[in-house]
Amino acid sequence: MEGSKAVAEAVRLCRPNLVCAYPITPQTHIVEGLSQMVADGRLEAGYVLAESEFGAASIVLGASAVGGRAYTATSSQGLLLMTEVMFNIAGMRLPVVMTCANRAVSAPINIWNDQQDAVSIRDSGWIQLFVEDNQEALDSHIQAFKIAEELMIPVMVCMDGYVLTHTLEPVDLPDQEEVDRFLPPYNPSYRLDPDEPFTMGSMVGPDAYMETRYHVHMDMMEARGVIERVADEFYRSFGRHRGGLVETYDIEGADLVLVSMGSLLGTMRDAVDELREEGLKVGILKVRCFRPFPASAVHDAIKGVGVVGVIEKDVSLGLEGTLCSEMRAAFCGEESPEISSFIMGLGGRDITIEEIKQVARDLASNPACRVEFRGLREELMKGDEG
Amino acid sequence: MRVFVGRRVKPGSSLANKTKAWRGKHPVYKQVDCIGCQRCFLGCPEGTVYQIDKKKFDVNLDYCKGCGICAHECPVDDIDMVLEVGCEEPES
Amino acid sequence: MAEAARIINLMEPGHTGCAGCGQAIAARLVLKAAGPRVIVANATGCLEVYTTTYPRSSWEVPWIHSLFENAASVASGMEVALKAMGRYEGVKIIAQAGDGGTADIGIGCLSGMFERGHDILYICFDNEGYMNTGYQRSSLTPVGARTTTSPPGRMSWGNKTRKKNIPLIAVAHGVPYVATATPAEPRDLVRKVQKALEIEGPKYLHLLVPCVPGWGYESELSVTMARLAAETYLFPVFEIENGVITKVKKIKERKPVEDYLRPQRRFAHLFKPGGEPILEELREIADENAAIELGPATLFGRVKSED
Repeated sequence: MEGSKAVAEAVRLCRPNLVCAYPITPQTHIVEGLSQMVADGRLEAGYVLAESEFGAASIVLGASAVGGRAYTATSSQGLLLMTEVMFNIAGMRLPVVMTCANRAVSAPINIWNDQQDAVSIRDSGWIQLFVEDNQEALDSHIQAFKIAEELMIPVMVCMDGYVLTHTLEPVDLPDQEEVDRFLPPYNPSYRLDPDEPFTMGSMVGPDAYMETRYHVHMDMMEARGVIERVADEFYRSFGRHRGGLVETYDIEGADLVLVSMGSLLGTMRDAVDELREEGLKVGILKVRCFRPFPASAVHDAIKGVGVVGVIEKDVSLGLEGTLCSEMRAAFCGEESPEISSFIMGLGGRDITIEEIKQVARDLASNPACRVEFRGLREELMKGDEG
Repeated sequence: MRVFVGRRVKPGSSLANKTKAWRGKHPVYKQVDCIGCQRCFLGCPEGTVYQIDKKKFDVNLDYCKGCGICAHECPVDDIDMVLEVGCEEPES
Repeated sequence: MAEAARIINLMEPGHTGCAGCGQAIAARLVLKAAGPRVIVANATGCLEVYTTTYPRSSWEVPWIHSLFENAASVASGMEVALKAMGRYEGVKIIAQAGDGGTADIGIGCLSGMFERGHDILYICFDNEGYMNTGYQRSSLTPVGARTTTSPPGRMSWGNKTRKKNIPLIAVAHGVPYVATATPAEPRDLVRKVQKALEIEGPKYLHLLVPCVPGWGYESELSVTMARLAAETYLFPVFEIENGVITKVKKIKERKPVEDYLRPQRRFAHLFKPGGEPILEELREIADENAAIELGPATLFGRVKSED
């Protein structure tokens, strides 16, 4: 089924109390799917059509504050618009789950896939998981509610817009009973209730603010263990291991490792198979959990490798790809491989197997640490007037 | 590790903050001519004026900031504002 | 004495609001009217800051502050989630914000809440400016008022525009109950809150709440200022039910606008030479408000034609 539909079904199985939606390409099929489920009586949840993404995020905040399991989905401009609320939800420790259908950000306006949107709010205190295919998207949403509610940290499941949301793949849809066993009802230790009143969202001054942030950070670090554990529990319940912090592919004896997030991994696996046949000892590191950044898992996966190429669909303008910068954190104080940043696929530009292979070959011949944009069209390099 | 500073605050905990130190004057409820209009009781920004009887009110001086609304609003001048010890009338 | 001194407030003293704060009076009265079985979503502003500076809170009811502009949206989410969970019986949701959080930055969320028809009472505490951040101008600041971002000077007589008509905006959304009130008539305010809470759907209550430092008057005059605002017709007091003005406060002894303006330092410059045209405009606004009649709530407050 279509990726969007798979996500909608997964959300339905998790029995949310409130679903809130504001449409933005390419998330629309998710929220449309959910609204059809409500209309058909397949999903019993409050379904609110917000007046903006900002409103949508605020609505799920309110729903979560009264103890409801709340879900929303967005993308690109919508994610940026709700940034203020994202920080608020995380700071208030509300376990909202959100899908981000990764899309490029304006300007220029572009509706196609890249990952700039999600990485741009990596500081917000949300757990961010990047999925590779529709099955992982489905499975990750079910795990997301469990992770969020245990840690009281909101979780964002990132899936490449169009590439996954609008692509049909076969998926295994669990039964409601199986999901109910895996994911018990949301039962927060406290929620807004006239029977037990309390105040939420106080103004906290210099005397106490830092401790709040410290606690969020420490819980984010603890999340790394929880994410792994929930993936194992998912495996035991459903027979599939689609979760965890990182994955490797063909990394045995690799001199060179390519790193990425999201759907590109599928193409990269094919590229690496071909490169191995060419005699190049190259492997893959898939970063699945971007926040909290799994520095020790990354370190353990690729220590000893001399050259790393991070291929990503985003750029922190004025520096390099964000994932590349983060990778360096895995080697803090230690001898680090040469880590280079390859910015590709922005705004939905296709990344071919050949282009990936070329990155690997170029790194093999010249491993020096560098930042490169790949796949630029020469004829457009002079701009509009050229 | 699940301690949430600032996330959940006990209700009514502001009662620990006795704002009486703010004032330069405080009201004295003479309780002589009161007509029971409740303007003092309903008009207090702090909620520190309380009703004892239909025509008898008084103030909990722990929280009174001396704003003077109750004395000003009383239609029968049954409330006086007196200076705190050590305070002077400001120059008008 | 201890028992007699026990005060039943759902908004407790010990908050750090200014002495004489008009908003504190009104906020206390709102909860007095609403009772303990409410959940309140409060926007950023004076009330939020001075009642919930960590580690203290004045609120004896469940209360949440999220952001400046989203009180209406947070309240919407609470209402729908409680209904979906079957926990809505016997609970009322109140959203409250200042004039900035309602009319400016919050207007989008407010409109969404109105349009979707949530069962929420929205209260605007209108002190006619962004008082919490230092008395800056909002779209509900009256014509001619001095604020820190609309100061009078050689080139200006203060705020240039009239108050945005939020009650009419609510009516245009089909909000079934819209009313204005002030803390000068506390029983009227309480009655309106209670009446609103009995109606199903969105309700809008617009309260004029004088601000001691922002408006510039002696603290004991807060209730008087609210009374004069109504008595000069610069703040009309009315109820609109299902698009029809069903109650208008008619002032028996109407006061001239000067009686209201003179005691406030924010209007002092209007009494200097050259301020007369602004005073005249304020008189016109008062006349327009005085002309509000029972009947369909059409475009009141803008009867002046363009000539």
